[in-house]
Amino acid sequence: MQAKKRGREDVLGVGAIVVITGILALVGIGNAIDTPFQIQMWTLLTACVLGVAGLVWHTARDQQGDQTKYENGIVKAGVFASMFWGVAGLLVGVIIALQLAFPNLFYFPDFGWLNFGRLRPLHTSAVIFAFGGNVLIATSFYVVQRTCRARLAGGMWPWFVFWGYQLFIALAGTGYLLGITEGREYAEPPWYTDLWLTVVWVAYLLVFLGTIWKRQEKHIYVANWFYLAFIVTIAMLHIVNNLALPVSFAGSFSYSAFSGVQDALTQWWYGHNAVGFFLTAGFLAIMYYFVPKRAERPVYSYRLSIIHFWALIFLYIWAGPHHLHYTALPQWAQTLGMTFSIMLWMPSWGGMINGLMTLSGAWDKLRTDPVLRMLVVSVAFYGMSTFEGPVMSIRAVNSLSHYTDWTIGHVHSGALGWVGFVSFGALYCLVPWLWKRERLHSMALVDWHFWLATIGIVLYITSMWVAGIMQGLMWRAYNDFGFLEYSFVETVEAMHPYYIIRAAGGALYLVGALIMAYNLWRTARGDAPARERATDVPAAGVAVAAE
Amino acid sequence: MSYLQAAHFAQTWGVVLLAVGFAIATIYALWPANKEKFERAAQAPLIDGDDDDGQ
Repeated sequence: MQAKKRGREDVLGVGAIVVITGILALVGIGNAIDTPFQIQMWTLLTACVLGVAGLVWHTARDQQGDQTKYENGIVKAGVFASMFWGVAGLLVGVIIALQLAFPNLFYFPDFGWLNFGRLRPLHTSAVIFAFGGNVLIATSFYVVQRTCRARLAGGMWPWFVFWGYQLFIALAGTGYLLGITEGREYAEPPWYTDLWLTVVWVAYLLVFLGTIWKRQEKHIYVANWFYLAFIVTIAMLHIVNNLALPVSFAGSFSYSAFSGVQDALTQWWYGHNAVGFFLTAGFLAIMYYFVPKRAERPVYSYRLSIIHFWALIFLYIWAGPHHLHYTALPQWAQTLGMTFSIMLWMPSWGGMINGLMTLSGAWDKLRTDPVLRMLVVSVAFYGMSTFEGPVMSIRAVNSLSHYTDWTIGHVHSGALGWVGFVSFGALYCLVPWLWKRERLHSMALVDWHFWLATIGIVLYITSMWVAGIMQGLMWRAYNDFGFLEYSFVETVEAMHPYYIIRAAGGALYLVGALIMAYNLWRTARGDAPARERATDVPAAGVAVAAE
Repeated sequence: MSYLQAAHFAQTWGVVLLAVGFAIATIYALWPANKEKFERAAQAPLIDGDDDDGQ
């Protein structure tokens, strides 16, 4: 009875939020001052109606799930969502790469919503927030339950977080296509979508904290610290960066609370820490759980992981100004950003070494287990891109690299190599664990995925290095008379072959992801041996014996 | 708080505060008495039980 009562309360709480949002959407539809806003409000209303229907359906079935067991359903849903958004985001990436490589073929003047300017934020948001965000939410819900030995807190609330986050993605993505944007890097969604994400994110924080609160393990495992840092910091960054005043509460346009150089600094304080806490801290949590688990070896140095964590927390938050070299930002602030970026070498490489050395005594598995190979290569890419980043933050280097495609190459070595591979590795681990299969449908297909994606990354980053450095050198070349040597369009023309190579690299990466989606689908559907053991934890005894 | 006051705080006490905070974290990580606890924690992913076996 007790559990049943509690279940009703969380359903009521979620229901209240959904109904209030639906009413606000209805008011928005009635008073909309621009058509895109009206379309967005219709989307929101539809989602709220579906949400209420879902809640009613859930209550009618009155299925709470076994309260003594882990909540696996939400992680399964997260795996589906991750794979779907991953493929979608990569596909849009390939499309915009082709638009740059073949502007005559892939330019559609009759379809404004297919313009590069709208598809580009769709790509970045889809891969970072839709794919990356879903991987983080799913893995965090999996890991926090296992390492705390507690069922996910909040009953219906985790599902609110999951579906609320999908709604955020849908609103943001369709908004870009309609031409709605705040014009803030990696924070393009308009004010009402930002408010919705704030509600969802606070619920996420509370679910995560609630689960930690009722843990049965005294020590809070390091992966949970990284997840918590990710959730808390993203909340802070999101709220401050998106402080804005709408022109009308029934329209999509708003003005930022900041202006001028303060605005620039706020945007890059947000932007760089989105890299630091979304794309780094969150995925390091994945590393600290899935690498030891898959290698069946304990974390190489738990002490180092604590120092790794606190060093990242203390250093990362200051690095943002390196995006604003040679701007109106005071020189000391630029130097501060540069200095802290260089200091970040230490925790980054400490963390990389910790991840790689976790394989001590299990290196042979790299030969036989392509999933572990993927995880290890991701950690290697983490080390490489966190080496390259500080180099590029040095003012003299930045004078060459800034505004060129070198930056794009750097971002993708981190995004495709580190974030992508560590996510793929985690998903390859999760599907057999969740669906109780002995192993994946096909290890050969994982091998294919691994090599196609690796070759894709290499093509991508090397072509962008060459293109970027060439571009930077051409921009700064003077002739004997002190005039610029090249016109802008000449630099664009020179990059054409590299744009084609980049598109090819991206296409290979996409094909790899499609193979993965197929493989995971077959595994989940049951085309893999069912698990014979009652547990998939042979390692406790093995590890102790090895010491 | 004016810009100058904020900058002054950040460049004096702010630095001290962060340095002390990080020093505390490092001492905690390296404190000999914590060694055993951390060695157990390093095993956590390996001994976290079966998939359904909560609580």
